[in-house]
Amino acid sequence: MSADFYYAIEVILNGLMAGVMYSLVALGFVLIFKASGIFNYAQGVMALFAALTLVGFQNGEIPFSHLINAVFGTDIHHFGWHMPAFFAILCSLAVMILFAFLVEKYILKHLVNQEPIILFMATIGLAYFMEGFGDLMWGADIKKLDVGIPQGGNIWLEENTAFLGGDDFYGFYIDNLDIWATIFAAILVISLVIFSQYTKTGRALRAVADDHQAALSVGISLRSIWVIVWAIAGFVALVAGIMWGSKSGVQFSLSLIALKALPVLMLGGFTSIPGAIIGGLIIGVGEKLFEFLIGAPFLGGATENWFAYMLALLFLVFRPQGLFGEKIIERV
Amino acid sequence: MKLTKLAAAAVAASIAATPVLADLVFPSLDYRTGPYAANGIPFADGYADYFTLVNARDGGIGGVAAKVIACETGYNTEKGVECYESTKGEGALVYQPLSTGITYQLIPKATADGIPVHSMGYGRTSAANGKVFSNIFNYPANYWNGASHAVNHAIADSGGDISGKTIALVYHNSAYGKEPIRTLEELSKKHGFKLSLLAVDHPGQEQKSQWLQIRREKPDYVFMWGWGVMNQVAIQEAANIRYPMDKFVGIWWSGSENDVLPAGDGANGYKALAMHNVGSDFPVFDDIKKYVVDAGNAAGAGDQVGTVLYNRGMYAAMLAVEAAKTAQEIHGTADITPAMMRDGMEALVIDEAKMTALGMPNFGPTFSVSCENHGGPGLGAISQWDASAKKWSLISGFEPSDNEIINALIAEDSAAFAAENNIAEGCK
Repeated sequence: MSADFYYAIEVILNGLMAGVMYSLVALGFVLIFKASGIFNYAQGVMALFAALTLVGFQNGEIPFSHLINAVFGTDIHHFGWHMPAFFAILCSLAVMILFAFLVEKYILKHLVNQEPIILFMATIGLAYFMEGFGDLMWGADIKKLDVGIPQGGNIWLEENTAFLGGDDFYGFYIDNLDIWATIFAAILVISLVIFSQYTKTGRALRAVADDHQAALSVGISLRSIWVIVWAIAGFVALVAGIMWGSKSGVQFSLSLIALKALPVLMLGGFTSIPGAIIGGLIIGVGEKLFEFLIGAPFLGGATENWFAYMLALLFLVFRPQGLFGEKIIERV
Repeated sequence: MKLTKLAAAAVAASIAATPVLADLVFPSLDYRTGPYAANGIPFADGYADYFTLVNARDGGIGGVAAKVIACETGYNTEKGVECYESTKGEGALVYQPLSTGITYQLIPKATADGIPVHSMGYGRTSAANGKVFSNIFNYPANYWNGASHAVNHAIADSGGDISGKTIALVYHNSAYGKEPIRTLEELSKKHGFKLSLLAVDHPGQEQKSQWLQIRREKPDYVFMWGWGVMNQVAIQEAANIRYPMDKFVGIWWSGSENDVLPAGDGANGYKALAMHNVGSDFPVFDDIKKYVVDAGNAAGAGDQVGTVLYNRGMYAAMLAVEAAKTAQEIHGTADITPAMMRDGMEALVIDEAKMTALGMPNFGPTFSVSCENHGGPGLGAISQWDASAKKWSLISGFEPSDNEIINALIAEDSAAFAAENNIAEGCK
């Protein structure tokens, strides 16, 4: 086999890995949409906020220190300790759970029975509020995120596959971070499936997802369910924030990762956890392979975003509910 | 006694008769919020702090206080134009749009309003032709100079001959990112290197395809025209594929601490072009500490002083102040108008003696501006990142670019603009 053949395989492998990263973001959207019918525009900002909070805890930064210094003329920035990554993740998770409580208490509770577009608009407001709040709380500088996940090409894989394609093939390149992201995503999905299938709360979540009114009539608290689902989405956002933040540093552009999740949702469906994963993999492989075979050689490159949305559009035309989404039939 | 009273009355009358000089207004189109805030904040801090220093230390410019009017653009072109419209009536002397998109929008507006624009190291490159772009200035260097600096560095690094080698350009897929392509194509014909173009879509968080291609093709040098998150991801990806960082050269907008710190040790040796010096080892920073930061008048928290982008903002402010002084000398008045400021910018001379007197020896290139050349000679340097010391250092002096090729491109592009807009080339 020629080196080009193996490079195509390398592109497919990296596409799968990229797809997992997209799926991590898409999962948060799916969880909230499935349980409440809300398209959460703030999911990307939640990932940013979670990552900012994590770095803040790790580095012992004093929240709102810029504001405190400006108001009181002080010069405080850090507590003076460095928190181990594991505890910092737990603390950040606690903050995201608190965030879920506050969202339910101050936003969702007041919007019960409102049109979906109203709820969507509320999440737009929430996104902008959180972006500013995160800036005020932790500052706007770009922060290095290091929770101990190795980065860089997997040298073992490179060295042990270099013989495959002759002198022009340098072995398969796969980023260690992507391998870990795949492992975390697999654990996350299995955990979510077990939670929703085999726990009482999980069954309540599914009941609410199926029919709000019926769930309420059998005594399931919609408000509790919303808090739980937003807390889980917050956890998923934290995982996505860690993975994407490790690549680029934690900065405000992190909120734009939501853009990578949209075609995944359109393809996989807004209500399916497996759909988010499969959709992510298809988008990841599709866009990378298209760029490798057609985009870069013939179209000047940078075709990935275009291809992802084109593929999603095709699915919308032929299967509007996505691969695994629920087909909604409105009877008049 | 009567004489004393008369004298006092005369003095009082003369004081009353002296017109009160209005502040010299320098709008600052900031972006302290949004995805690019991390870059906008240090520039805005440096820009504002230098004017604060001039007021506190020198009593203003020619005895008239400088006033900075900040307007938040969020790096958004529409908001930038709104900022221009809302501040131009305040007596704005010069605009530093701090965005190529905003600059393009302001070129016709500011020209019609008679207000000069200084797009330092960004914006429309052919604006260097002052016979067409009467109110637009882009000294001390532009993107095309930058492309030539990078190639010159690669030639020197290759022992004087780059023929047969490959240079890959990783660029932001926008008008900004595409700016150097034409110049690089011309330079590739002249020097015989192969140019490989790799576009990255905005915002640039996912660049796996581009860096897999670089890993496959193994170009001898990689140049980068990036911005924001694209820079951090590119440097991390280059480190991941173990691309030699000393062969990786970014434009000056891809060469701040923000761009390299997230990659940690992996960014060690990465190079970036520079239009001014780096670090805080200059006397002017002692003055900024004394008159601005310690006095509690810093625009920000004072924690950005000496960073690359703070220095760039400070340098831009210094050039504005020196142009204002030149305008005051030309027109014999301290109370200058935007039209006079334009004249000052067109007659600006920055030499080593002037920079040393300002506490900024060798802080930037020496240059002079003329009607024919609003861009200066286009000198630039190479800086390199030391990850262990967490600091940039200049590893070259401010050296010339290939103006033979660049001037021809500027003449061609500006002539096309003049034809499109019915502008008769000439000096005011």
